[in-house]
Order: sequence, then C-alpha cells, then structure tokens
Amino acid sequence: MQKKYLLGVVMAFLLVPFMCFEAGVAYGADKPFTFGVLLVGPYNDHGYSQAQYEGAEYAQKAAAGTKMIYIDKVNPADRPGVTIPQLVDDMVEKGAKLIFAGSDDMKDGIREAAAQHPDIHFVHVSGDDVLTGKATKNMVNVFGRMEYGKMMAGFAAAMTTKTGKIGYLGPLVNEETRRLASSCYLGARYAWENVLKKDPKDLTFQVTWIGFWFNIPGVTADPTQVAQNFFNNNYDVVISGIDTTEAVVVAHQKVQEGKQAWAMPYDYVGACEGGSKVCLGVPYFNWGPAFADLVKKSMAGDWKSEWVWLAPDWKDINNHDTSTVGFMEGDALSDTARAALDTFIKDLGTGKVQLFKGPINYQNGSVFLKDGEVATDKQIWYMEQLLEGMLGQSSAK
Amino acid sequence: MADYVQNGQRISAGQYTETVGDYIREGVLTLVVVLAFTTFVLFIAGAPPLDAYYHIFKGSLGSWGKFTHVIKAWIPLTLCSCGLLYTFRIGLWNIGVEGQVVMGAIFTTYALRFGIATPFPLVFLALSFAAGIAGGALWALLAGFLKTKGGVHEIFAGLGLNFVAQGTVLWLIFGPWKRPGVASMSGTEIFPTDLWLPYISSLRISPIGLACALGALILTAAMLRYTRVGLYLKAIGNNPNSAYLLGLKPNRYMLIAMICAGGFAGLAGSMQVAGVYHRLIPSISSNYGYLSLLVVMLANFNVWIAPLVAFFFACLNVGSIQLPMMLQLDSSLSGVIQGTLVLATLAVHAWRIRQKTRGARP
Repeated sequence: MQKKYLLGVVMAFLLVPFMCFEAGVAYGADKPFTFGVLLVGPYNDHGYSQAQYEGAEYAQKAAAGTKMIYIDKVNPADRPGVTIPQLVDDMVEKGAKLIFAGSDDMKDGIREAAAQHPDIHFVHVSGDDVLTGKATKNMVNVFGRMEYGKMMAGFAAAMTTKTGKIGYLGPLVNEETRRLASSCYLGARYAWENVLKKDPKDLTFQVTWIGFWFNIPGVTADPTQVAQNFFNNNYDVVISGIDTTEAVVVAHQKVQEGKQAWAMPYDYVGACEGGSKVCLGVPYFNWGPAFADLVKKSMAGDWKSEWVWLAPDWKDINNHDTSTVGFMEGDALSDTARAALDTFIKDLGTGKVQLFKGPINYQNGSVFLKDGEVATDKQIWYMEQLLEGMLGQSSAK
Repeated sequence: MADYVQNGQRISAGQYTETVGDYIREGVLTLVVVLAFTTFVLFIAGAPPLDAYYHIFKGSLGSWGKFTHVIKAWIPLTLCSCGLLYTFRIGLWNIGVEGQVVMGAIFTTYALRFGIATPFPLVFLALSFAAGIAGGALWALLAGFLKTKGGVHEIFAGLGLNFVAQGTVLWLIFGPWKRPGVASMSGTEIFPTDLWLPYISSLRISPIGLACALGALILTAAMLRYTRVGLYLKAIGNNPNSAYLLGLKPNRYMLIAMICAGGFAGLAGSMQVAGVYHRLIPSISSNYGYLSLLVVMLANFNVWIAPLVAFFFACLNVGSIQLPMMLQLDSSLSGVIQGTLVLATLAVHAWRIRQKTRGARP
C-alpha cells in the first residue's frame, strides 16, 4: 500500500515537467525584442551594477519595441548553487535574444552559455575572450576606457591631498585593476609634478587590495577597515577601486571626527550622493549609449564578434547620450583644483597630455614603455605590474 | 530521542510506527501550516502569494531545461542525504557533512589538475571521483575520531571542521591554486572540457551523475536494510549501552557510519566540481550539506522519501530565482519555505504522537 502510494508520487513528479512543456513560450506578432541583463551586485548598489542597470533601462527606452529582463546579485556568494548557464537558459526561455553579462567574474560561465546557445547574442562587459580567441562567434566584449576617468580621479586626489599620501582601495589583483590603479597614479603624478611643481618622491600612492569587487564578510578584507587604516595612517584621500561606497562613508565619519579626509567612489554617476563634504568626484560608466547601440545591432541582425573599448566623448565627457566614460566633479573639490582638472580633461581630449607615454617603468624597475614610446591598447589592457613609484602588491601572493 | 509508549511497549520516537493514513494526515497538516506561514510572509512583503508559488513551480518544472537544472541540484542533495542516513541511523548528528562536501571538492580538484592536457581525461575523471570520496570520508573520519577518541561531540567537531574546510578552499583559491597572476573569488582556472563530467547534450543530463545518485540510493537502502552493518547501526543507534553489552563495538560502527556519510558527501563535492562549476569556487558546496540535513529530517529518515524531498528542495532552489526576476522579491524566500517545512513537520509529528500516546506516557 505504502509503496504504491510512493510510486504514484514518483510518477507524478516525473510527469509534471512533461505536461508543462512549452507552457512558457508565448507566440505573437508584436512580441517585443527581449534582452537579459546579469548584474553581479544589487541593482541599486550606487556602484557598478546600478550603472549597468540604468544603462540597460536607457537602452530599453532608446530602442523601441524592446523589453529588458534582469537578475541581480549574480555571484556565488549571494546565490549559492545558481550558475550563469542556468540563468542564461532561463532568460532564453523567457524569449531573450541578447544577454548582457556584467562582470569579469562571469567570464567562465558566460563563455559556456554562449557555446550552448549559438543563436543568441552575448555581450560580456569587461571581458577579453574575443581578444584571446576563446569567444564563440556570438560574443562581443565591451568596456569603457576607464583609464581616463581614473587619471582624472588621481589628478583630483593629488590636487587635494595635504599630506601627500593617497590610498587606493583595490578590489582583486588582475590586469584590469592594475591598469586602473596605475592610471590613477599617472594622473596623480602628473598633477603633482606638472601643476603643483612638487617632487614625485614626496607623493605616496599606496594600493591595498581587498580580494573582490565588494565586501564578502569572512572572505575578503573589510573595505571599511582598509579605508579606516588609510585615514588613521595619515592618508587623507582614498580613491575607491571597488564597486561599493565604503571609502566615502568612512571619509565622512573621519570628517565628523574633525579630521581632514576626502574620498572618491567609482562606477556610478550618483555615487557621491550623501557624501558632499568629502567627495572629490567620481569616475563613472554611462552604459546607456553603448548598450542601446548593441541592442539595436542585435535587433537588426548586424552582429559581429568584436572587442570594443569605448573612449569618453571628449566634446563633453558627461553627455548622457554619447559618452561611455565620465567624471562627475564632487562638491568637496576646491575651485583651484576644479579649474586645473578642467584644463587637464581638455588636454587629455586633444591628446596634448598623453600619460601612457615612456619612459615608464614597472614596479620592479623593468621597462614598460621606452622613452617616447606610446602604449598600444594591448599594452595598456594587459598591464603586467603596477608602475614604478606605486606601493602595493603587483600580483596576488 | 524521547521515549514513547506504543501498544504497551516503551519505544523511541524513531521506532514509532505509523499507518499510511497517519502519513497523509500529517503531510496535509504540515503543508497547510507551511503554506499559511509563507503566504503570511509574502503578504507582509507585499507580494502576490499565488504568483510567487506559480513562478517557483514554473521556474523549476516549467520546461525540460529547468528540469535538468533541478536534476543538477538533486544529485548532490541526494548523495548527501544518503550519507546522512547512515549517521542518523546510529544516532550521530553529522553537521560536518557540509565540510565533507567541500573536502571532496578539494580532493577532486587536486586529482583533476593532474589530468589537464593528458591523453586520458576519463581516467583522471574517474580518479578524481575516487579522490573526492576519499576526501569526504577522511574529513568525516576526523570528526569521528574526535567523537570516539577525544570525546568531542560530533556537532562541535563537525562545525569546526566545516570552518577549516571552508578556510582551506579560500586559501587554495587565493594561494597555491590561483589563476595565473589573478587571485579571484571566481575560483581556480576552469578545467578543459574533456575533464567535465560528460553529459548527453540533447538531454543535457549527465548519465554518470544520475547513475551515482540512484546507485547511492539503492546501495544505502540495501546496506541499511539487508546487511549486518545496517542492523548494527540501528541497534547501536537505539541503545548504545545495550549494544555494547551485546558485544557490539559502538565506536567502530560510528566510524563506519561517518566514513559512509563522508564518502557520499565527498562524491557530491566531486559532482559540484566536475559536473556543475568545472573549477573550484569558494562556495563550492552550494550549502547542499546543510540543506540535506533538512531533507533527511523532513523525510523522517526514510531512504525512499529522502530523494523525493530532495527533489522538492531542488525545485525550490532552482525555481526561487524567478522571484527576483519576475516579482522583484528576494529569492531567500525558498529558504524560508524549506526551514518552515522542517519545523512544521517536526512540530506536527510531535504533536500527533503526543495526541496518540496521551496518558500512556510513564
């Protein structure tokens, strides 16, 4: 009796999926073009993920007849057991024809998913699978030339610091993060040497890595503590390289304690909100125009596997409709610094200032760029070490 | 376990026999309690409860693709549950199952690393599974020794070893096994596809994984029911003192039970590495060890009900991802449902037994 009952339950469980087959597929002539977005953090994190979320919303408006579906917190710490291919399968079942994967962390999963769905278009933001030849034909890599944003951040930091000590709150060590931290340093050194006419030896630029793009208690170093450490050790400007805003929060606390402290967040245009006393500005991604362009290309069937690295729109780096990389100046930036920064931005745009130009050495003294040599995209993208003059680890121990 | 009286005999709760009618009545009552509670939670969250249930259901069994993902979660859950049946049978709370999954995954990764760019990937895949089983068993044995030789309660030993296992994973990923130049939460470098657990591409199901889970079920059922070991485990579990007087060595059988549990948990870790993530990641266990504790308790320690509960839990895990996607709800609701299920089941079960044996208790 009991066994029969069990058998019945088993059969019911096995039959259900067959009965529900195809139930999810809806047909219709005016079906919108659906695209899916995988965000690594919360959609409202005031950082990296929110920038992408708003970019995708922009694309949805800009390309008529489209519908965006998204899932956030796509990382194994927040969603144990959930894999990228699983989420992609689900989005494809919901009708998605194009999938954006937001994070470097999704590289392996999105490569696997792209191979499983050759008819779906994939965009991996920040990846380089197309460059390395590991990508399938349906994959595009896109990223913004954040080097420029970071140079501006470094510039603003050097113009502001009173102690000559700048802290960089780094995520994990890889080519991208070395590139961004180094860009920051180049911007800072330029301001220090060429605008303030000071000796570069008196500029301290320390990079401390926490281990991931945001705090995972018990796994990464706590960014709040790292930031506090900086301020307690006479560093008065902390530049954030991570996806969340701890640096600003801690700087704010320090100011309330009566210290001089400034900070610069990263990723999201609105990241300075609530920290106006301490925020010098934020280098940010404005994904709207790039995402809209990719959505339109996918809709038109005009899809080509390529590696795209988008520069700021130098006419106006804060133009919401054209510039992928921008720099929003913060309230705490002084007027002199602001004026110098504006000139610096203009000179970067015209090419008058070229910071990736030799002689530049790597941290261990080996040559990165010979005298007069201008770095190629690949040299910048695959930066092997931090630069000479920077403190901090160049690679994971 | 508490003692009860049935038909004039003093028995333990595990031995309390129930009719099919009892099961069904309890089941219905439990479901009502659980549904009422989760509906209440959804109501507070301001979400339409019916929609939420519908999306979980459709998100887990709504298509073949989703069903295959459920199976992917079901396999390690079932393996862990099988392992736990041995330890529960002898009365051990093997909380360390989580760490045993992790250790199995570590050993699997270790073995697979030797298989990169060799002409015999399948040999190394098989070896890595053996290594995974050995890793899990070894970790369980440690907890067993702490219990039998050191007098450390298995719950504390297990919890401690879970932390050590998790720490070891992080150390390996950020240290010796990091990607070239990059230490990342993303885990170790992904294995080449010939070291992935083979699966039938048209069905997207791994026959080996499925066979392992089914084999584990049959083996466990047979071991517990028909073999001397199974009998002894039960005897000791019911009364270690009298078992000792009868000439059984409880310590030895506790270690045997731990080895079996750890072995299956380790195999689950192998599945996670070779079949799901194809690399070692920090949260490689996906919490399936802890979840399987709930599975086995909810299944009332029955080897044939456990896989069904595991299937249901796997559905909840896979389906709940629809909640943030469709309703902007947090997917942790599935955890609320799972936890409430277990608590409600235990409560309803205890309540019914009390009712039946009221007044008969000495």
